[in-house]
Amino acid sequence: MTEVLVLTDHAGGKLRKATAELLTLARRLGEPSAVHIGPGAEAAQKTLAKYGAHKVYAVDDPDAPSYLVAPQAEILAQLVEKVSPAAVLVPSNAAGKEIAARLAIKTGSGMITDAVDVRAGDAGVETTQSVFAGSYTVTATVTTGTPIICVKPNSASIEAAPEAGTVEAVEAGVSDAAKAAKVTDSQPKKATGRPELTEAAIVVSGGRGTGGDFGPVEEFADSLGAAVGASRAAVDAGWYPHSNQVGQTGKQVSPQLYVAAGISGAIQHRAGMQTSKTIIAVNKDEEAPIFELVDFGVVGDLFSVLPQATGEVKKRKG
Amino acid sequence: MNIVVCVKYVPDAQSERTFQESDSTVDREAVDGLLSELDEYAVEEALKIVEAQGDGEVTVVTVGPAAAADAIKKALQMGAHKGVHVQDDAIHGSDAVGTSLVLAEAVKKATDGSPELVLTGMASTDGVMGVVPAMMAERLGLPQVTYASELTVGDGSVTIRRDGDTASETVEASLPALVSVTDQINEPRYPSFKGIMAAKKKPVETWSLADLGVDPADVGLDAAWTRVVSYAKRPPREQGQLVTDEGDGGTRLAEFLSTQKFL
Repeated sequence: MTEVLVLTDHAGGKLRKATAELLTLARRLGEPSAVHIGPGAEAAQKTLAKYGAHKVYAVDDPDAPSYLVAPQAEILAQLVEKVSPAAVLVPSNAAGKEIAARLAIKTGSGMITDAVDVRAGDAGVETTQSVFAGSYTVTATVTTGTPIICVKPNSASIEAAPEAGTVEAVEAGVSDAAKAAKVTDSQPKKATGRPELTEAAIVVSGGRGTGGDFGPVEEFADSLGAAVGASRAAVDAGWYPHSNQVGQTGKQVSPQLYVAAGISGAIQHRAGMQTSKTIIAVNKDEEAPIFELVDFGVVGDLFSVLPQATGEVKKRKG
Repeated sequence: MNIVVCVKYVPDAQSERTFQESDSTVDREAVDGLLSELDEYAVEEALKIVEAQGDGEVTVVTVGPAAAADAIKKALQMGAHKGVHVQDDAIHGSDAVGTSLVLAEAVKKATDGSPELVLTGMASTDGVMGVVPAMMAERLGLPQVTYASELTVGDGSVTIRRDGDTASETVEASLPALVSVTDQINEPRYPSFKGIMAAKKKPVETWSLADLGVDPADVGLDAAWTRVVSYAKRPPREQGQLVTDEGDGGTRLAEFLSTQKFL
């Protein structure tokens, strides 16, 4: 069977959930080989093997993490050349999409971003994406070169399928040209103890209606073990960090449950959450467009509804 | 410093966006278009740099059908100095790979082969792939400095802040470079009346693929390395249950979560 290259998604060697999702999907196309660029391949090996990696290409190039995107693209291009994979799967986040973009040009291959499903079709690898703020579903295929597919987090339920996961150290040369944009400083974000927005099964978001007080939103999120999101209005007002913004210019999330509190539901926001499985909204304005999307809506003040719901959730969870 | 800003003319997100039945490409005729909102930040940033330096010109480059001239017009009204419109029927249906090829060649021609600084938005508001800046950097052999939420242009170098999910990074590169900016970087200006009047006299050149030396066989729908097999309108979500809070809204919300097995 042909190899399928899967770029691991990790922070300083610690794997993110998306990696297991990519490996699960890759098994539909061939034999997954994980490509781990950076430190921690040995530690990651067990997890990678568990989710179906036959091989783990370990590229511990000290330069790779110090430069933006280009070295990873070069390393992947060398591996594509070497193993002629059936496809390359990459996490559909900012860096992953850019790595894929450069890889596409380098290898003369078509690329697809934001795939929510990947499968072997009659005409090769087929993908599904949501477009135009989630109002359309598109099926697409790559017609030239090695299909390079960026897969959105939370698109597949992970399934274990243990394989050997043999680690192969790879010496990959990174050119000087790829070392043009240097990361000179990196300040880690303060850990909140909450799940990552794009990975979370439940997301609770606040908007203009919070008036800047995210307390009730955070407390409700914590009662559910949820991630906290924010609308663009709330981020633009400086009430919550941009990295938590849900919407067209922020994160696109697709959790099992999405709760919008004090968010009107402009197209900008819908683009980031419309594909969530179950949607709940709390808003004072019964005319708010967000209510067109909901499975359950409460017309009311989030400052009384959310604390009551938080108490009730805690009570029921015991 | 002379800056080239790449912009895109996109269907208005507030309207009903759809596809053309004949070839499954985005229907750019059925709805009104405009300068992609995310590109306004790149135009604004370029204007700020040139204004701070007191010299240099901002050239706006777009690739698109005749109507795409509106995107250039808006940028000129904001204060950009001149426009380049690459327009050729053969470009229709190009994917990001084809678009990045045309843009890269247009940037080269607009700068006699030696760009100083190329600015773009972080993504378009229609395709939202966010890959054209990386592809252009790869094609032009320029340092790729993307997702800038702050940009400082120094002597022969650029420094940005890039806010990722897990860290806020400082990234440096030497000039020439390609920088993409986020919507966090500035507050784009509205065209003034004076700006609108002045824009009418600003030069806009229209180039064909032949002018750029690009083979029409390398772009357009047939040359795309990806293909839309099918598209379907997502069924509208069924109207769910709406309750008005009468002191029990939170409890009823928790009750719903419970029946849906979230608790």
